[in-house]
Order: sequence, then structure tokens, then C-alpha cells
Amino acid sequence: MADKKATREGFGAALAELGEKYDFLVLDADLAAATKTGVFKKKYPERFFDCGIAEGNMISVAAGIAATGKKVFAASFAMFAAGRSFEQIRNSIGYPHLNVNIVGTHASITVGEDGATHQCSEDLALMRTIPGMTVICPADVTEAYAAVEAVLNHCGPCYLRFGRYPVPNLTPELLPDYKFEIGKGVTYREGSDVSIVANGYMVHLALEAADILAAEGISAEVINIHTIKPLDIDLIEASARKTGAVVTAEEHSIIGGLGAAVCEGLCERYPVPTLRVGVEDKFGRSGQVPELLEIYGLTAGNIAAKARRAIAMKSAK
Amino acid sequence: MENSKVLSLSRIANRIRRNIIESVYNAKCGHPGGSLSIADIMTYLYFEEMNIDPKNPDFSGRDRFVLSKGHTAPALYAALAERGFFPTEDLKTLRKTASYLQGHPDMKGVPGVDMSTGSLGQGISAACGMALSSKLDGSPFRVYTVLGDGESEEGQVWEAAMFAAHYKLDNLVAILDLNGLQIDGPITEVMNPTPHDEKFLAFGWNVITIDAHDFNEIEAAFDAARKIEGKPTVIIARSIKGKGVSYMENACEWHGQAPKEDLYKVAISDLDAIGETLK
Ligand SMILES: Cc1ncc(C[n+]2csc(CCOP(=O)(O)OP(=O)(O)O)c2C)c(N)n1
Ligand SMILES: [Mg+2]
Repeated sequence: MADKKATREGFGAALAELGEKYDFLVLDADLAAATKTGVFKKKYPERFFDCGIAEGNMISVAAGIAATGKKVFAASFAMFAAGRSFEQIRNSIGYPHLNVNIVGTHASITVGEDGATHQCSEDLALMRTIPGMTVICPADVTEAYAAVEAVLNHCGPCYLRFGRYPVPNLTPELLPDYKFEIGKGVTYREGSDVSIVANGYMVHLALEAADILAAEGISAEVINIHTIKPLDIDLIEASARKTGAVVTAEEHSIIGGLGAAVCEGLCERYPVPTLRVGVEDKFGRSGQVPELLEIYGLTAGNIAAKARRAIAMKSAK
Repeated sequence: MENSKVLSLSRIANRIRRNIIESVYNAKCGHPGGSLSIADIMTYLYFEEMNIDPKNPDFSGRDRFVLSKGHTAPALYAALAERGFFPTEDLKTLRKTASYLQGHPDMKGVPGVDMSTGSLGQGISAACGMALSSKLDGSPFRVYTVLGDGESEEGQVWEAAMFAAHYKLDNLVAILDLNGLQIDGPITEVMNPTPHDEKFLAFGWNVITIDAHDFNEIEAAFDAARKIEGKPTVIIARSIKGKGVSYMENACEWHGQAPKEDLYKVAISDLDAIGETLK
């Protein structure tokens, strides 16, 4: 079994290591230890600026920095980076298409004990609606690191989402030659009966679900869509044409996130039965992460169950 | 300041006021009151204070200007046109579908506009980011931002005030246009943000209070701001909203509407009468 690490660890490590090769600044809002920008701060204190508990200001400051031609990351919890500062992001970064990387860590249910006020399951939906915004949700620590380097070579606003909770570091084992590319989905496993399209924390559970299904003789394709926008709809469509049924899996509201994006894309191109696994229009709550994942249906078992249903819907069509 | 200079700046300010009225009248909508109140400040910034080059609007060492109260774009556009960043003719296209002169400033579309603004409270933060960036590079450029007094009710203004003092942004000058009015009425009745001087002092700023329509005081304030080290400066500029147009002066209803033809003619004749005194 792969070792487990939270994607935010990959973010912190990438900032600190890439700080040598790339010239950029990092802003945080009194959460440097948690978001892992603290790792960068330790190495490059002169390039790190704490903005205090004032996220709206931090986002607009980042816009001003970017307007002078510098690359900049602005990090907080997803709730406050994308949630509180939505309007600052839209107007001060999105509209002038500035080169700011907004980072939201501690997203959604796997925040655990802090509960609903901190479990942002709406950030990807918010960010996805902003014209020109690139939205990325990496699946493991390796991909998180790669995503940071990718956005450093990208021009325009980006939102990066990282998690608090450790997740198996699958990439090195499953895809040793992996090259992260913004907007390019990754097929982890080929299959013919159903496509499971997942991202972030749900990717390793999608692979588990595929194992469960394989034991029943069902062949599931597993695709990691780390970039929700721009969406790799070509890859998703090709898979849907092959399997005829889709299940999406995300640690986010089923409204406005990956599931919604896949449904929108497939409806326009090649409609097939598509079922969504995600947070079902609910607030989170306090608890231990494994228990919460069960309560909210963010499990391999639920993905497998939805896959069976989606397959059944094919013949019912 | 020599009298001849006061006179020549006053003439420019008068032309800017005229162009504010013309452009808002042509657009049939827009914000004349708060544009007229800052016309003298904008004149001084664009003709005396800032290191800018209309021929090369994007050169990296230029001073930056952020109109935090973005709704008063007519004043910014008129100043930029007057300074030669684009043809004065284009002011007639303000707010029209095919125009690059958006209702609120768009940095991607207008030469000389350094930041897109319109949502109150954000411009001052962006100005902080620019000032910080300038300091990190050891570059000499300075950053100027104009705030509304109603705008100062936004919490983010005070987040930015804290940030600017904390990082000792002495290359940042905020001009607070204290015209006493916002949309729903006098600032002291809607949600009293005063006293601004004591607040900014408490936030660690250098505070200068002036008459916004007196070029001698404007000049003295900007000169004093240049000499300050280790802290940002706010110039609290006591102004008359609608300044120069008789019926718009201190009149809340002229915050955000355009005059119809009869009142447009009154406005132009008011401004031309002032122009006569400057000959
Ligand atoms: C965040 C935000 N809220 C509301 C508005 C709508 N609005 C536009 S102008 C204005 C009043 C501004 O008053 P003040 O800052 O005093 O401007 P001035 O008097 O200089 O025109 C308001 C509420 C806005 N543009 N941005
Ligand atoms: Mg006002």
C-alpha cells in the first residue's frame, strides 16, 4: 500500500523547493502552519508575507502584486480563500485575468472535527464560474507537487485545492512516468462497462471501487480529472462512448463541481446515464474523518453501488 | 506655488470637469458628483505628481494609480485623455457597447489604467500589493489611490490600512475624498465612518488634511508625503461633491445620474463661467 500524505504537504514542499528555481511571493492569512506555506516561509522569509486574518485584503493585495508582473500565491483554508474572498477573486483577479495562484487548503468533509463552518464543499463550484479561471484539485501528494510547478509555468488566474487529510500517494506506483498537464485527465485504469470519473480525495476510492466491481465481473475505467476547468471533456466523452455509463466522485457538493461539469459536458456531447457521488446538498459536521466519509457517502462502496445502478440504467434506456 | 501654475492647473481641472459632464451626459448615466469632487486632485496627480508617460503607458518604473472608488471613472478617463493617453474624442463613447471606456475602470482595455476597480474597498488593497512589490524591487515607483469617504465604511479598507502600516509602505499615498456624501445620504447619517484622521493615525499612518480644491494645499500635501519614511500617508481631502456645477454641489442626488439636456446646458455654462475667470 502506498504511503499516505495530505496534498497540502505536496504544496508546501513544492513551494519550498521550487522557490529556488522560480521567482514568486507567497501570502497567507494566519494559517501558514496549516496550509503549509510555513515551509516556504522558513526557507524564504523575505518572500513570504503574512496578511493576518484579512483574506479579502490578501486576495486584492495579491492582485496588486501580480499587476506589477510578479508571480504570487495567496493561501488560506478553502472556505476563506474561495468563500469569503469570492468577490475579490472575481473582480480583482478574474476580471483583469491576473497571474495569481489562489490556494484553498482544508477543503470539504475531510477537515473532520472542525465541522461545517470549515468544511467548504462549494469552492470548486464558485471558482469554476469565474471566466478564465483554471481550477485544479490534485489527487495525491505527488500530483499536488506537480500542480504547483504547472501553475508556475501557467499564465492567468488559478485556483488550487488541497486537503488536510492524508491520502495514499498512488501516482509513483501506478504512473511512474506521470507528467502533470493542466487540463489533461489521466486514465488510471481502463475498463469497458462503466467510467468512474473522480478527483482529489476520491481518486483512490474510485480505484478501490473498481476492485470491488472487478470481483463481480464488472470492468470499470477510472479517470482522474484533476483539472475541473478547463475540463478534459474529450477524454470523458471518449470513455463514455466506450462504456456507456458514468459515475463521478468528488469530495465537494454534487452541485457545481466535477459531477456537474461532467454532466454538463456529456449532455451536450454524448449523454449517457451519469450518477454523482459527492456531498449531497448538505453542510458538513464534526467527527472523525472515516466516520464522516461513511455518513456523507464518500466511500468506495457507494461509488460501486452507483456504478451498478448506472450500468442498469443503460439497458433501461 | 506660483499663481501662473495655479491658473494653468485650474484650467486643466476645468477642462476635466467639462469632460466629466460631457461624457456622463453622452452616456446618459454614470457618476458625476464624486468625479467632480476629485477633479483637482486628479489634475495634480496626472500633471504634477506622478512619473508617467502617455507615449509609453506600461513602462515598468512608472508610478501607479488605483482609483479605488472606481465609479468615478469619468474623472480618471478625463484626466488620462487630457494628459494624452488617448484621444479626448473617445470620452464620448463612455459606457457604450463598442467602447473600451467601461463604466468602471478596466486595466486590460484602457491605456494608463493600472488596476480594474469598481467594487469598493478593493483598490486600496491592490495599491498595497503594488507598493509592496515596488519596495521589494527597490524600485523608486510610488503608488497613489483615491478612496471615497463612503467607501471607507468597507472593512477591507481598514484591513488594507493595517497592511500598509505593518509593511511600512511609505511609497503609498491614499487620498480620501471627503465629500461627505454617499448614495443613501450624508456619510454621518448612513454609517458614520468619521473621524478619519484619528482612525488612520491609530492605524499607524501619516495623516494630512487639506482643502481638495486648493492647489497650494494639494501640492504641500504630496510634497510632505514624499518626505515621510516608514509609514504610508493618507491625504484627507475635504471636497465638495459636484464641485463646479451649481445644482450638483453638495447634492446627494447627483451621485449617480446624468443631467438631461436642460441641466446639461446649465452645467456647461456654470463650468464655462468658471473658465472665464481663469483666462
Ligand atoms: C462593494 C460595493 N458596494 C456597493 C457599491 C455601490 N456603490 C457605488 S458608489 C457607492 C457610494 C460611494 O460613496 P463614496 O465612497 O462616498 O463615493 P463618492 O461620494 O466619492 O462618489 C456605492 C454604495 C459598490 N460599487 N461596491
Ligand atoms: Mg462620498
